[in-house]
Amino acid sequence: MTAFGPFVVATAEEAAVHSDGGWLAAGAWLIPVVPMVVTFLIVFFGKRSPLKGWGMAAATLGFVAVYGVALFVANLGDGIYYEKAIHLADVGTQSMGEHVGEALVFEWGWIVDGLSIMMYALVGVVGFLVFVYAKGYMEGDVRYTWFFASFTLFAGGMLVLVSAPNLIQLIVGWELVGVSSYLLIGHYWEEHENSSAAIKAFLTNKVADVGLFVGAIMVGTSVGSFRFSDIMSTVAEGGGESPLSRFGFWAGVALFIGAMGKSAQFPLHVWLPDAMAGPTPVSSLMHAATMVTAGVYLVGRMFPFYAVDGFADDVRWLILVVGAVTLFLTGLIALVQDDIKKVLAYSTLSQLGYMTVAMGAGAYTAGLFHLFTHGFFKALLFLCAGSVIHAVHSNNMSDMGGLRRPMPITFWTFAVGAYALAGLPLLAGFWSKDEILASLSFAGSAESGLTTAQGGAALANVVLWVAIAGAFVTAFYMTRAVWLTFFGAYKGHANGLARPHESPRIMTYPLVGLAIGAALFGFLNVPGLTTVFTDTVGVRFFEGFHDLEHHATSINWLLALLGTAAAAAGVALGYRIWGPDADTQQARDTFTVPVLYPLLARKYYIDDFYMDGVVRPLRGPVARAVDWFNGHVIDLVVNGAGFLARGLGRYVYAFDQRGLDGAINASAGAASMTGGFLRLFQTGRVQQYAVMIFAGMVILVAGLIIFS
Amino acid sequence: MIITQFLIVGAALFSLGVYGVLTRRNAVLVLLSVELMLAAVNINLVAFDRFVADQLAGGQIFALFVITVAAAEVGIGLAIVLLIFRNRHSANVDELDLMKL
Repeated sequence: MTAFGPFVVATAEEAAVHSDGGWLAAGAWLIPVVPMVVTFLIVFFGKRSPLKGWGMAAATLGFVAVYGVALFVANLGDGIYYEKAIHLADVGTQSMGEHVGEALVFEWGWIVDGLSIMMYALVGVVGFLVFVYAKGYMEGDVRYTWFFASFTLFAGGMLVLVSAPNLIQLIVGWELVGVSSYLLIGHYWEEHENSSAAIKAFLTNKVADVGLFVGAIMVGTSVGSFRFSDIMSTVAEGGGESPLSRFGFWAGVALFIGAMGKSAQFPLHVWLPDAMAGPTPVSSLMHAATMVTAGVYLVGRMFPFYAVDGFADDVRWLILVVGAVTLFLTGLIALVQDDIKKVLAYSTLSQLGYMTVAMGAGAYTAGLFHLFTHGFFKALLFLCAGSVIHAVHSNNMSDMGGLRRPMPITFWTFAVGAYALAGLPLLAGFWSKDEILASLSFAGSAESGLTTAQGGAALANVVLWVAIAGAFVTAFYMTRAVWLTFFGAYKGHANGLARPHESPRIMTYPLVGLAIGAALFGFLNVPGLTTVFTDTVGVRFFEGFHDLEHHATSINWLLALLGTAAAAAGVALGYRIWGPDADTQQARDTFTVPVLYPLLARKYYIDDFYMDGVVRPLRGPVARAVDWFNGHVIDLVVNGAGFLARGLGRYVYAFDQRGLDGAINASAGAASMTGGFLRLFQTGRVQQYAVMIFAGMVILVAGLIIFS
Repeated sequence: MIITQFLIVGAALFSLGVYGVLTRRNAVLVLLSVELMLAAVNINLVAFDRFVADQLAGGQIFALFVITVAAAEVGIGLAIVLLIFRNRHSANVDELDLMKL
């Protein structure tokens, strides 16, 4: 190992020897397939089964959780790298790239490597806990069975996405989770705004999918194959003249746009807050822990493409900027939200910004580590929010207050989650956020490769300070959330029932489970001490690539201090404003800062812009214009053909009546006239007949004499 | 005596007969005119026989046939005229136009 300063460069010789995972990896195709199959079982047999479909769903997620953890443990030894694909079809012939004349291959398969295993474990464990929680939360719901069918479909789709060995299968999984997101956000579709939110989510993602498809096509056709392993070996061969490096920049931008939609980066973030219309377990699993991380996963899966010089590494400045903007601006909006789920939604947006920033800074492990820890504590926070909502029958923090006494478990787990999210020392969020800050600082220093991009190092330093400010804002709004919900006096009415009480055990046990994860998983990757996470996630890429990523060998105490100080400042300010006085808490919360508040409350007017600038014109004038065109131009062609046929028919009729029938009648008339004329010879008088005979004879004889 | 003298007589008689057939109103007189035509034909036949000097004397024998046929024909013709006269009380051929269309 060569080491200079606190940083270490991984070189090829150190790449671990990996195993192929044995029967565990060979059987890993079950992980995506079982949920997909069980979805259909639930749809067809769920209502008849004793647990109404929940049993099948939870068993499936439990299976995935166990399998994922087993793979995780097995991976800790030598590191598993296994990939298998089943050939489906050959399409056409390629006209460019190294594989001219060969066909594009379509396959279905599964990958078992560190990154996939991390996602299997995340989806499985968090998913299982959320499913258990959902049994209590969705009790008595009118569409209970269908809810679990859609949820299992989501799990299957997500697992298809993360097990995909090629871009096509990833897109299949991407769309599957998009569909199930639509179904689940619109679960309470009786309210029009819920179905509108579902459509908004779907369409925003669809806009971003244009980028995804374009990027996938560009990469696939220039490499000659959609397989990630082929793409990575093309990248490993180096930049220069290969087709992939010619299109690399734009393909990278396009793929990142796709990631922006799914991971809700600015300005395609608008769907995530509205997606809170769905049931809380959905918000917890999909819109915090797993689905929204698919974009970050994609960038991670394509990481060498974005890291190696000559391909898409210039896109990283865009990723940094987008991530930083998202990180900071959405965090600010969380300050003015009354709905507790919206606070957490904007918090999710902000944390996704952190993950994106990490990817942009070239810190693969840091970004994915934050994805992992965030999955646990954000899911936890959402489930706690659901527990509180369940108790007070309202989403709004202005109806809550003083809940820490009646709901102790919820309170303590929420506190653990909030503490982790704020990045305060020792819990998971601290370690993962700190790694991101460290990688940003490294990227901003002279040794990083980002200096080759336009002002890359300076940008990284700016983003570092934005990230630290973001930590302050995060702590600030979380403190507000904690204090408004759990401290002070109870402000709600809970429909005139008895005061709110703790949720049933089926809902609180998952809270505790997730809280343990939120607390402890940070220790998986303490710089310089444990590198469990790095070894797990990174094993595949570190062969064949030099200097792909930089791992710190010790904690950067300065940054850790800065981050903690920012968070502590946020907590202190929050406590100062909303903490001490139970009576003035509500008044202080409704105080609106003059210019800033409307801007934040209207979400920087972006939703208004989309609605008035895009949706309304399309729905109104454009739709009307298209309708006019359809009715008057296209229908004109059809109607015109009808008119022509009718006119033609009239002429044919006239011709038939007067022409044809006339001819026939005329011939009959001619026959009749001839008969009438000939009748005149038939007088009945013999002497006239005799005259005719003699006259004829004379003519004949005369003719004979003359002509012979 | 040359043959044309006899042929002219025969032609004359024949023409008179034709005139009679075509113009006479009485049915009996029409039959009479037909007899005249047949007689004229006989003259022609005998004249040709005399001047061509046929070994079999075909002309004379044919003339005998004609006479026989004429006789038979007159018998039947007159019988028909008699019946017509009984039915229509008139022997005027101009009035026999029942076959008119």
